[in-house]
Amino acid sequence: MNINATLIGQAIWFALFIWITMKYVWPPLQKAMADRQAQIAEGLAAAERGKNEQEIAAKRSAETLREAKGKAAELVAQAEKRAQQIIEEAKGAAKVEADKVVAGAKAEIDQEVERAKQQLRERVAELAVAGAEKILRKEINASVHGDMLGALKQEL
Amino acid sequence: MSAEGGTAGYIKHHLTNLAVCSDSAKVDGVCTGFWTFHLDTLLVSGILGLVVFGLMAMLASRATAGVPKGGQNFVEMVVGVIDQQVRDTFHGKSALVTPLAITIFVWVFVMNAMDLVPVDFLPFATQAVTGNEHLPFKFVPTTDPNLTFAMSISVFFIMLWMNFKVKGVGGFLHEVFSAPFGMKLAPINFIFRVVEDIAKPISLALRLFGNMYAGEMVFILIALLGLYQLPLALPWELFHILIITLQAFVFMMLTIVYMSMAAESH
Repeated sequence: MNINATLIGQAIWFALFIWITMKYVWPPLQKAMADRQAQIAEGLAAAERGKNEQEIAAKRSAETLREAKGKAAELVAQAEKRAQQIIEEAKGAAKVEADKVVAGAKAEIDQEVERAKQQLRERVAELAVAGAEKILRKEINASVHGDMLGALKQEL
Repeated sequence: MSAEGGTAGYIKHHLTNLAVCSDSAKVDGVCTGFWTFHLDTLLVSGILGLVVFGLMAMLASRATAGVPKGGQNFVEMVVGVIDQQVRDTFHGKSALVTPLAITIFVWVFVMNAMDLVPVDFLPFATQAVTGNEHLPFKFVPTTDPNLTFAMSISVFFIMLWMNFKVKGVGGFLHEVFSAPFGMKLAPINFIFRVVEDIAKPISLALRLFGNMYAGEMVFILIALLGLYQLPLALPWELFHILIITLQAFVFMMLTIVYMSMAAESH
């Protein structure tokens, strides 16, 4: 173990390598690592922000959905009510129309009956005359009537 | 086994650095004295550092904030773990501590990892390339105390600079003389502080050197066993993966601790 001038040479090497590391190795690596750390931190923050925004959006969409559902239910109820109303109205109108038709038909029937009666009445006299004529013609029998007439003559 | 001289020669050969110095400093053809350079330590640690830090700088320059892939991901993972350690331990504000910790961990790790290359492979290769059969070449730079001391002494000076920068000259001197027993026992405090601070670089350097040197030694001894090395080398290699990582981590961690101690007032 002999210490000699190699010591000085080694110290120079050591100083040179410290200088290289200090100037060319550490600063760029440190910068790259720090930049990467910043990027990662930024990314995480962005993810957190995105998550929050998504939550808010989900809440908003749920609210909108609920509102829409409420509105739709209201509309359906309104429509049902309106339909009921229309049916009621139609029923009323149909009844009125039906009554009118029935009344008209009744009046016509009455008129028809009256006319038939009239005709019958006119025909009854004719028929009575025709009947009477037929009866008379059948009843006129010379012998019977001769007896009758003979009796009449007798009495006279 | 390559060099002649039997077992002792083999071991000695493997533990000798490739030293260069001026001819006047040589005694019997061996370099002595301070102005000697261990060419193998300087070359291997320098080339490994240039390759690995060059690669990291290249990957870092192309780093994007998008999903990291392949090399960028790996470098970011390593650097991220080290940065986390620094954040957990060092509470001051400094642009130096994290790069310092990254440099120490990565560099010490790749240098220690040279230990995992079988002990004779690279010496054979260098001997073949240079044509010199007796050329010593140590391939694990961290088994050279010159390297570990160079690093720990550099850390020591950075620690001193951090003390002055954070507390100011007056504040630092006040702390040196007043902690932990108060101003009345200033000389004792000062001696305590000197021992404490001198112990830091010595323990840092010797811990790394000792662990790697011992590990390398065991590899060399295993390599001497002939065929029996086969069942032994693998478990030691696997175990050593743990050691090289742990030693790199310990050196880095203690450096961070020393820096945080320097940056915090008592």
